[in-house]
Order: sequence, then structure tokens, then C-alpha cells
Amino acid sequence: MKPKNPREIASHELPATPLDAATRAAREEKIQVAMIALCGCWGCTLSFLDMDENLLRLLEKVNITRSSLTDIKRIPHRCAIGFVEGGVANDENIETLEHFRENCDILISVGACAVWGGVPAMRNMVPLEDCFREAYLEVPTTEPRAPKRIPWHPDIPIITDRVYPCHEVVKMDYFIPGCPPDGEAIFKVLDDLVNGREVDLPTQINRYD
Amino acid sequence: MSRKLVIDPVTRIEGHGKVTVQLDENNRVTDARLHVVEFRGFEEFVHGHPFWEAPMLLQRICGICFVSHHLCGAKALDDIIGAGYASGVEMLPTPEKLRRLGHYGQQLQSHTTAYFYLIVPEMLFGMDAPPEKRNVLGLVEANPELVKRVVALRKWGQEVIKTVFGKRMHGIASVPGGVNKRLDARERDRLLKGEPGLLSVDQVIEHALEGVRLFHNFHEKHRREVDSFAKVPALNMSLVDEQGNVDYYHGRIRIVDGNRDTVAEFDYHDYLEHFAEATEEWSYMKFPYLRSLGREAGALRVGPLGRVNVTRSYGDNAPLAQAELERFHDYTGGKANDMILHTNWARAIEILHSAELIRELLEDPDLLEGPLVIEPGEAAWTGEGVGVVEAPRGTLLHHYRADAQGAITFANLVVATTQNNAVMNRTVRSVAEAYLGGRAEITEGMMNAIEVGIRAYDPCLSCATHAMGQMPLQVTVQDAEGRVLDERLR
Ligand code: SF4
Repeated sequence: MKPKNPREIASHELPATPLDAATRAAREEKIQVAMIALCGCWGCTLSFLDMDENLLRLLEKVNITRSSLTDIKRIPHRCAIGFVEGGVANDENIETLEHFRENCDILISVGACAVWGGVPAMRNMVPLEDCFREAYLEVPTTEPRAPKRIPWHPDIPIITDRVYPCHEVVKMDYFIPGCPPDGEAIFKVLDDLVNGREVDLPTQINRYD
Repeated sequence: MSRKLVIDPVTRIEGHGKVTVQLDENNRVTDARLHVVEFRGFEEFVHGHPFWEAPMLLQRICGICFVSHHLCGAKALDDIIGAGYASGVEMLPTPEKLRRLGHYGQQLQSHTTAYFYLIVPEMLFGMDAPPEKRNVLGLVEANPELVKRVVALRKWGQEVIKTVFGKRMHGIASVPGGVNKRLDARERDRLLKGEPGLLSVDQVIEHALEGVRLFHNFHEKHRREVDSFAKVPALNMSLVDEQGNVDYYHGRIRIVDGNRDTVAEFDYHDYLEHFAEATEEWSYMKFPYLRSLGREAGALRVGPLGRVNVTRSYGDNAPLAQAELERFHDYTGGKANDMILHTNWARAIEILHSAELIRELLEDPDLLEGPLVIEPGEAAWTGEGVGVVEAPRGTLLHHYRADAQGAITFANLVVATTQNNAVMNRTVRSVAEAYLGGRAEITEGMMNAIEVGIRAYDPCLSCATHAMGQMPLQVTVQDAEGRVLDERLR
């Protein structure tokens, strides 16, 4: 893990307006879910919205903490379920996935990217140096005299040599295939978990494309 | 003591971004940046794949504007087989209208997601509301009826996409030279008239109007705050038709200045002559600009605000959106609007515009009958194609080359969010100066103001991180005075 710069102040550590006590209490009674998109296209996260009306049904029982749909930037307390889109493609993805593993009872790999790397893992066929050279050096320089540089800076993560599926980095408990899985499939898995049923994804809504 | 403030990650946007703001000992902003913290590599790894796979693979860049990537790719494929605009061939009416239908469906869906799920919470609760509240959960608690309508609106947009492309996301309908399927009357009527659990197109237009009203109510209550939030002048870019009106699927690229006067207009097949890009060490996202004006003056704004600034009108097939557009243009006395929060107004207008365009198309019999593909024959093969569409976030470009066996040898993408990189960074700086500059005590809400500025662009940083070989190799030979003697493209 990269050491934190002591002069850095994160927005989520600054004083914020507190949530009113009644709402907070009502949310705390629910099942806590955290969501993250790692190296994916955000499609699996949006497929979560594709459960349509069932979203409202689900939210009666579930509270969403950290997620790209909320402004909660770190998992604030223990969560029952972690929803993970995307594979691992840089050092921050590793850190984030470990943070999810430490703070969630159950982790789900949602979609082809999380399950096996997906389309982004096609870059595993090309050495990373070649990717960077092609992207930033052998580019045209449309600005003829501008310096040619590869992005490399303490404020941006280091890209891993390969794209990894989540379960090669931490233990994952469930897998939903599909690119993306349909909203119905995502709902079915979450609804089973939330209601304490064994997860059962019927073949007619389980897809691989 | 100097300080560095960080937003990590930027939330309620698509993809991965981070903001850093440097304050000196007197609390002056010395630097403010939006970093894109992801790097993928689509253009490189499609090499060697069959050319017709490109739109299927490359739409996986983005889970919210996949239809735009798919269609941009399809237009490039049309060119490659010699059935495209580059060969002077007009697309057949049935496939063109089906592609347009899917494209407008996506614009409705994408803008609905961005506007209602991501941006409206701020408008209703305020920028410094509790972070746990200013999101869709807070909306459900405060106004479940509104959320039900939003869910229904988004669902309908996704059903339009599914009807055309076969799946709600990452569908497969476009083929080189056309599409692989028509609509049948039952599918058309379902979207037009609705069914239990699905809105009718007239209800969709009602909900879209509600979105516009929501902006006006918010604007009336907070006019000064909204209008002075961040003003970022820039050139505006959009595809336009012959009348100078926005065309989301096809047209010429037009760029206008602050007076809405055209500073450049060209066929998108010539994009390499017009766009240039710069790189910074602190972001994986590049900085494109209009080559003739240079990096500072040539920064471009694309997306809803860029488009409404460019378009003369919406023509006569979308009267409700046209009335709103006139109100929008009047607000700045016919000059380009550079108030960043008005992007959300433009986005709401475009939801309405898409809905009206879809209604018109659904009534068109060409969707149900007529030939589906142009098959120009092997002799017409050109092996190279460029496609441009107006994606929800702005002008999107795909450029491919394929060898005689049909394997991809080159792919280049210039995506909308990347086009906005320079103006987004200017916005971050402007908001940071206004909200953080000179203040010793900084709160989470002030930092969220910066995110509000970013969210107005609805950036898709997933799209912006495909980067791998954005511009093809170009060699320029200059003399001592910097005059270009020779230029070669690889
Ligand atoms: S699995 Fe498919 S839809 Fe999901 S993030 Fe990956 S590319 Fe996107």
C-alpha cells in the first residue's frame, strides 16, 4: 500500500453535515451493501439499476453505503454484501478490493470483467510497455515541440502488468456471469442473499454474453 | 502551512477520477486538477481481430453510452466495405432509422440516469447536504413517487434499446452496411402505446417535461448561485445537418465561439487535420484541442451545453423541445452560454428532444419494412473507415483500418469526455478558487462543490481511459522558423 502523504486531506475526512438521527437509525436497521466498480465499463453497475421497479423493493431491505452512486467514499462500517464490478488493473484497484474484503462478509464478482477480467483483460496479450509506448510516445505529436511523456505521478495509480480477475486477488464468494448480467439476474442473487435463501440463478436469466 | 486537498474517488460519475487542490500558506489555490486514474487499452488489443468485431468489442468501453460506440463503429464499418459516407453512399432508410431509434433511446436513457440519479439529488438537497443523503437513496426517502417515474422513464429508454439491439446493454444489431433486424408492429406498438409496467411515448414526454420543470424550479430559487457558479468560456462543438441544427447521428462537425459564430466546420473524415492532443504526467486522459488555435484558445466543449450552443434550432419535428431551446437561447441573448450548471438544463432539454424524436420515428413505416443492408460487393472494399456520432456526452469518433483479409490493423478513438478534459480542468480550478480560496476552514460540502462542477459534464471516465494510440503517428518537418515543410501520417 502506498504511504499516505501527511499533508493530504481527503474530502471524506472533513467535517460534513450529519444525516438526521431518524434517517440514520432507519438505514442502520437494513442490510448493509457496498458497491464498487474496478476495471470495468460501469455497465454492471448500471445493470443494477436495470432491475427497474425491483430496485425500490430491494431498497426497502437494503442500505447502500460506499458506491459510485452515493458520495460515501469509504466503507463506513461492516457490510453484509460487497458488489464488485470489474477486474484489477492497477495498484489502487488492489487496495480497494482488499478494503472490500476486510469490510464485507460476502463479496460478489458481478459480470465478466470481475469474473475473469473481461474485455479489458485482452490487453494481457500485449506487453504493458508497448501499450504505453503506443499511447504516449510514438504518438504523433500533434504538438510538434511539446515534450513527450508517459503519465507517471504520485497522484495517479500504477498500472499492473496484467488485468486480473478479482478472485486472483482476494477470495470471492459468488459469481454472476454476463457482460453485463441482466438486472433480473443481479436482483435474484441479491434478493436470495437478503432473504437468507441459498443463491440460485435460474438458467433462463443466467447469460454469458 | 500549505495544504493539499483530495477528492478520491470523485463519485456520482462514471469511471475513476480524483481531484487534487493545492492551497498555499495564505489559502490561495495554486493548483487544481482532475486526474483520470485508469488506463485500459482497447485500440491496441483489437489489432488482428476481424473488422466486424470492432463495434462489439469497443462498446465494452462504456456501460452507459455503448450504443454510441456501437454506432460509431458501425459507421466506420460501412465506410470499410464501401457502403459508407466516405464512398458517397447514403445509408438505406430502414437501417438508418433503426440505428437512429436506438441512438435516441440511449440518449434518453443515459441522460435520465445522469440527470435524475446523479445530479438531481444536489438540486433538491443542496451541495452541502449530508453525503449519505444527496443520492438516489435520499431521493427515495424524500420523494418515492418521483423515483418511480424516473425508474419508469429509464426503463422505457432501455426497452427502446433492447427492441432495436436485442439486449439492454452491449447489443449486436448493426452489421457493416446496415442492421440485422426490423421492428415488428407489436414491438413498435408496445413502445408507442405502452403496456402494463411500461410507459407510452406520450407518458415519456410528460416525464421528460417534468425533468425540465425541475430545473426551472431549482433555477428560480437559486438563480444567482446557479448563474455565477462557474463560467468557463470555450469553443463549442457538435455535429450539424445542412440547416446548422444538431444531428445526433450524422452530419458535419461545426465549432462555434462565444458569439455562436462558426470558427471551423469540416467533414469528420478529415479530423486528423483539425484535432491535436497534449499529454500531462498527472493524468491518463489526454488533452485534445483544435490545432489551428492551439492548446489554450482551441479547447473544446462538447456534450449538451456544447450542442445547444451550436444548434440553430431543433427544426419543426420537436415542438416542445424547440420551445425550451428558444428559452435557453434567449437567456443569454443569443450568445453562447458558458454557465456550467446550465449544462443540466441543456441535458433536461435533450431528454425531451430525444423523446420527441423517438415518437416521430415510431410512427414511421420504414421501421417495419424495407431492405436492411447495402451489399456493395468486394470491389468496393476500402479497408478504412471513420464514424462520428453525437454521444450523450458529446462528439465521439472511431477510426479503423483493416487489411485485405479483414483483420484490424489500426483503431483510433477520440471520445467525448476526453474532448472536455481541458474545460473540465478549468471548471475545477474556477470552483476551487470560488469555494476554497481564502478559507482556512474547509468542509466536505465545499469540496463537493468541485464535484458538482465535474458532474455537470457527466464525464464518463470509463470512456476516457481506453486510450492507447489515440492519434496515429504523424511526422512533421519544420524549418527554423517553425514553418511546416512536410507532414506525413502513418
Ligand atoms: S462485464 Fe461487461 S458490462 Fe460489466 S463492466 Fe465488464 S464490460 Fe462492462
